[in-house]
Amino acid sequence: MSPATIKRIVLPGLGLVAVLMLWTVISQTVAHDLPSPAKTWAESRRYVLEPFFKDGEMNQGIGRLAFYSLVRVAKGFALALLIGTPIGFLLGLSKTFHASFDPIVQFLRPISPLAWLPLGLVIFQKSEPAAVFTIALCAMWPTVINTAMGVRSISQDYLNVGRVLKLPRWRMLTKIIVPATLPYVFTGYRLSLGLAWLVIVAAEMLTGTPGVGGFLWQEYNSLVYSHIILSVITIGAIGLLLDRLMSLVEARVKAG
Amino acid sequence: MAFLEVRGLEKSYVTRRGTTRVLGGVDLAVDEGEFVAVVGYSGSGKTTLISLLAGLLDPDGGQMTLDGAPVAGPGPERGIVFQQYSLLPWMTVRENIALAVDAVNADTSAAERRRLTDELIALVGLTPARDKRPRELSGGMRQRVAVARGLGMAPKLLLMDEPFSALDALTRATLQDELMRIWGERRCTVILITNDVDEAILLADRIYPMTPGPGAVLGAPIEVGLPRPRSRRHMSLTPPYQKARQAIVDFLRSAKRPA
Repeated sequence: MSPATIKRIVLPGLGLVAVLMLWTVISQTVAHDLPSPAKTWAESRRYVLEPFFKDGEMNQGIGRLAFYSLVRVAKGFALALLIGTPIGFLLGLSKTFHASFDPIVQFLRPISPLAWLPLGLVIFQKSEPAAVFTIALCAMWPTVINTAMGVRSISQDYLNVGRVLKLPRWRMLTKIIVPATLPYVFTGYRLSLGLAWLVIVAAEMLTGTPGVGGFLWQEYNSLVYSHIILSVITIGAIGLLLDRLMSLVEARVKAG
Repeated sequence: MAFLEVRGLEKSYVTRRGTTRVLGGVDLAVDEGEFVAVVGYSGSGKTTLISLLAGLLDPDGGQMTLDGAPVAGPGPERGIVFQQYSLLPWMTVRENIALAVDAVNADTSAAERRRLTDELIALVGLTPARDKRPRELSGGMRQRVAVARGLGMAPKLLLMDEPFSALDALTRATLQDELMRIWGERRCTVILITNDVDEAILLADRIYPMTPGPGAVLGAPIEVGLPRPRSRRHMSLTPPYQKARQAIVDFLRSAKRPA
């Protein structure tokens, strides 16, 4: 076996086995209500092996649930980019705008999704738009901050080219400022997507909408603890996948 | 009055440790179609001088007129070839040059602008590489793009800030020859900033030596008596070359601050 195979397959495999053993030990000693790996699999296999079955609103295959969550995240993420990117450019470009709104951005940024969601429900009166609103509001900050930072760190050399050519404002923006900022913008997008996925669980738990997070909370209330673990693993797997996908996009943009 | 007339140009930088006077009253006169070089030690304020001429920095004092009109702020009529090329990495060779051509020829047709761009690409010998991006090019090729972009601004005055200093000696020699050929074809007015005395003599009609800073000023210009077209072969053996070189070296030696 080559050192590369050991590093890429054998060692992660050993890590996984260690975690499964620890999980088994905990479920048999300290926490008797925690289902063991074997029990979790036995009770979840239908959800995984037939990922698209639908017996009822809240009893569906994990693929179907994940799809609902992904659609919701896509809406919230899109909204976050739509709002966050222009705000980021304005913060980076205009000293006046920066002075006026940067304190507010810094103030809003650390607010938890749990705090926004009830407000979303008050504003929209419906759970679906409230969830999307919450995702967008929580996920847009990395986009805002990275875009603003990208604009501020454009090399003076590039700006001097535009100054010597006396480029009109719009051409300066489209030919120099936006392309020079793009790598930073996409780093922001990747972080925003990670946050959007993080928020989805909270949003679905509080609104009870069908999706991985909604399912998780419902199964907790129905005392089917193995399905909580199934949901947690699904959330982790999809989160990882999304991050990898965005990393690929980001790398492409950075390579120009 | 000369085509470019500079009188008493001053510039100081304020830092935490106090004020540094970089340029202490620079006088400079360039005629239309003339190739002038400014030679000085590294760190004497040459880049500051060219940034002031380009309008990228504001002077603290002095006047500057080009073609009879006072100049302030940057503009394409004073085209510049930057020391670090400053090509836009997200644009191809053609797009980098077209950016300049399109900016100064906004009134002409798209076809005419394309023709001008292609002509410049051919002039600097980059037709086969015109769809490449700067990072795929060698240093010499990048500097060719920068020269073509500078010419694409159709400048009354072309400013060149140590354009070949980042290149290896062989590439530098090739590009100097190319620049001589291009200048022979286009006859634009050029100010070349350099720390290479031989480069200045090879290319320029007149050379202004610069005192080392702080408070750098230009000495009296030295005429290069070499006839054109010039060739670097045997150039160093001719009396006009030796005379110019001696004058520059003497000036720079006598002006050198105590080390």
